[in-house]
Amino acid sequence: MSVINKIGEFRKQRPSFHLFRTFRLNSPGWFLTSFLIALVATTPVLVILSSYFFPEEDIWKHLVENVLQGLAFNTLKLLGCVIPLTALIGISMGWLTGACDYPGRRFFSWALVLPFAIPPYVFAFVYLGIFDFSGPVQSLIRESFPSIGFIDIRNTAGVSIILSLAFYPYVYLLSRSAFLTQGRSTMEAARMLGKSPLASFFSVALPMARPWIVAGLLLVTMETLADFGAVAIFNYDTFTTAIYKAWFGMFSLNAALQLSSILVVFVLIILVLEQHFRFRMRFNESRASGTRHQRLNLNGFKKWLAFSTSLMVFLLAFVLPFSQLIMWSWSNLNADALRYFEYAQNTFILGIVTASITTLGAIIIAYSKHSNPGFTMEWNARLATLGYALPGTVLAVGIYIPAAWVDNKLLDIFTGITGVKMDPLLQGSLTILIIAYVIRFMAAGFGSVDSSINRITPSIIEAARTMGATGTALLKRIYLPMTKTGVLTASIFVLVDVMKEMPITLMMRPFNWDTLAVKIFEYTSEGEWELAALPAVGLILIGLLPVLFIIRKTE
Amino acid sequence: MRKAVLSLFLTLFLGINVIPIYADELVVYSARKEHLIKPLFDAYTTKTGIPIKYVTGKAGALLERLKAEGPMTPADLFITVDAGNLWKAAQEVVLQPVESEILKKNIPSHLRDPQNRWFGLSIRARTIVYNKDKVSPSDLDSYSSLGDPKWKGRLLLRTSKKVYNQSLVASLIAEKGETAAEKVVASWIENLSVAPFSSDTKALEAVMAGVGDVTVVNTYYLGRLLKKNPNVPLAIFWPNQNGTGVHVNVSGAGIAKHSKNRDQAVKLLEWLSSDEAQGTFASLNLEYAVNSSVKPDPRVAAWGEFKENPINVAKYGEHQTQAIKLMDRVGYK
Repeated sequence: MSVINKIGEFRKQRPSFHLFRTFRLNSPGWFLTSFLIALVATTPVLVILSSYFFPEEDIWKHLVENVLQGLAFNTLKLLGCVIPLTALIGISMGWLTGACDYPGRRFFSWALVLPFAIPPYVFAFVYLGIFDFSGPVQSLIRESFPSIGFIDIRNTAGVSIILSLAFYPYVYLLSRSAFLTQGRSTMEAARMLGKSPLASFFSVALPMARPWIVAGLLLVTMETLADFGAVAIFNYDTFTTAIYKAWFGMFSLNAALQLSSILVVFVLIILVLEQHFRFRMRFNESRASGTRHQRLNLNGFKKWLAFSTSLMVFLLAFVLPFSQLIMWSWSNLNADALRYFEYAQNTFILGIVTASITTLGAIIIAYSKHSNPGFTMEWNARLATLGYALPGTVLAVGIYIPAAWVDNKLLDIFTGITGVKMDPLLQGSLTILIIAYVIRFMAAGFGSVDSSINRITPSIIEAARTMGATGTALLKRIYLPMTKTGVLTASIFVLVDVMKEMPITLMMRPFNWDTLAVKIFEYTSEGEWELAALPAVGLILIGLLPVLFIIRKTE
Repeated sequence: MRKAVLSLFLTLFLGINVIPIYADELVVYSARKEHLIKPLFDAYTTKTGIPIKYVTGKAGALLERLKAEGPMTPADLFITVDAGNLWKAAQEVVLQPVESEILKKNIPSHLRDPQNRWFGLSIRARTIVYNKDKVSPSDLDSYSSLGDPKWKGRLLLRTSKKVYNQSLVASLIAEKGETAAEKVVASWIENLSVAPFSSDTKALEAVMAGVGDVTVVNTYYLGRLLKKNPNVPLAIFWPNQNGTGVHVNVSGAGIAKHSKNRDQAVKLLEWLSSDEAQGTFASLNLEYAVNSSVKPDPRVAAWGEFKENPINVAKYGEHQTQAIKLMDRVGYK
């Protein structure tokens, strides 16, 4: 159905989407909600800033003299490898499965998303198990070629490969949806002007997909900055190492929070730079609904090259780690495994609830930003998505401390007035856990929604407005249908991310809300990798459901 | 649709999800992992009928949770591993002192807080493990002697970020003073064959593979490996037997300052130190009991008896920050 038809249809019917009815024409409700989300999301940052009231000169002096330089260098090295690697894998796979045709294309289009269900810390311990000194690969090599000594894979290259295999699906999913929805006209024009397929990819398709790719790479950057689990398994020290060292080792939460503020500033700089380079570029292009674009048929040598690279990525990023996990689980099966069904259920419920709320929030923020462009809403969106750059445990205390404080004050007042004692509302509740998740993963939802909203042309909006569609109706009739893929991708990102999440869950979950990730932590922190395999397999299996769902919906 | 969304939000925001704590119930925050603690709780509930609710997590994060909740915390008992963490909990005033003859009798004084705010419940001995095919035990002596030039390129260590190594170095500082301790640690780093490992198990496996010949680990990690394969070429050496003794750490517990159920919580703590519970507590993880009337698991007993360092484990907490700085200075990753 074309856009014009949809607008025409709008005039005949009343909006039926009740949830949004409160947000009327010119209603400030959108903006208020949007501000509110940003305000809640900024709370942990405020907690972090408040730590500066408690200077930790002694610890800082030590860190600056002995540690920070190396860690900052390590972190930058890691980013310098992970970003290009995820871009290379993500974009090339996205292009192949989204815009080309070659043997196995249908299979790879969903199979290449599967690694997204494997948490980075699981990648790390599986790969270390297979490839380190005592693993099967090196043992075999040493037997056959005794002259080859021990090869240490715990270095920048090793960690970068692990993180890239874990994080490339962000770039893959987003760039693929960009290539899928690119209109054919532009590509055709380029071809008609005599450009080769490859040249038209670089001069047309790639620049047009830039917002998606950048959104994906931003997620990769923030994930890399905030990662602690995977790098710790490789004993590779990054900036988060210093944060945890200050907190858990030197018992100074304040120093840890002060260190985290550097991460926040770093991410803000990246966001501002990105915005700066995007300035005045417009990406308003969309295929009209219903028209399928022509895929580029690869033939001969090219089609087998495409096939074998896709296969290679799939094997390394999924088949290898997954089969190793299955083997470990098999040899460690016991009756305790029955309890994993309960953990799986908890994991899934938390994921679904958070994904719904976060996606809704992302739509609200992106929509209010798009419909009122400018400084205020731009920064509103930035602040609302900052939580992604913080290590999970830091974010968790940043939320739990103020929440418990407010809670206790309220209870004091309540008991003071009524004389009745009451149980706390927020602390130890699901509510506060889910709020923390929403803050943590808002960026994962927002990036995808925002980049798809950004390509709705002002002319479409103007056309709709002249026909009387405003506010909520505009959202429902124009934005939602035209951003369906983006919204779905956003909710899957959040869903799977929440299911993989460990540190926030560990600190904030209520009683009896253990998740699969919690179980994985309990075993891995004791060095019991093989016992951790079973919950990891469970986590991957339930993560596969949403991944398969999104592929079906966007194909 | 609207109803579903509405009820979801109501559930979430009206706090219906807060599980009420019943009067006769005990609530435990535990940094000791579920599989190492649940069997004991189950046994206690069966014995006394008192249900125990618990949440596990990282020591530092659980401590912050306890602090933030303040007087409203549901927690009665705080269980954690490593004396440094117990020491920190006492510093943060989230634990309360307990005067109990039973606890005093069951737990040697160097394994509990001098002010009785926390009590060790199991002993974790950190010792030297070597490759039987390459090292003769007569070559080994003390932790410090692992810095001798003869171990050049043969020593493997776990990361300095693990609290067990921080405690080990803290005890060296307490004994020898900072300058001498720094020399020892620097000499270890000189001797490393490869960069430190993220876990004791990885270090042990590397000794088996021949990356190095000797390492320092908690005994129960070797116990786990032997459980899987009794023929691994690894053996235990008890260092410092002519000197200060083997470095030991504890997992332990204290009563939360704002416990709503103090008397019952103390009873649970006393029970955890009793003959009845100590056997399970230690053998679940192949550790040593603090209660000397309880014999270790046969597999553990096979390693022989050793003299342990009688220093009060609270010292580890006091010197921990110093230890970390020292390890950073000499480049111990």
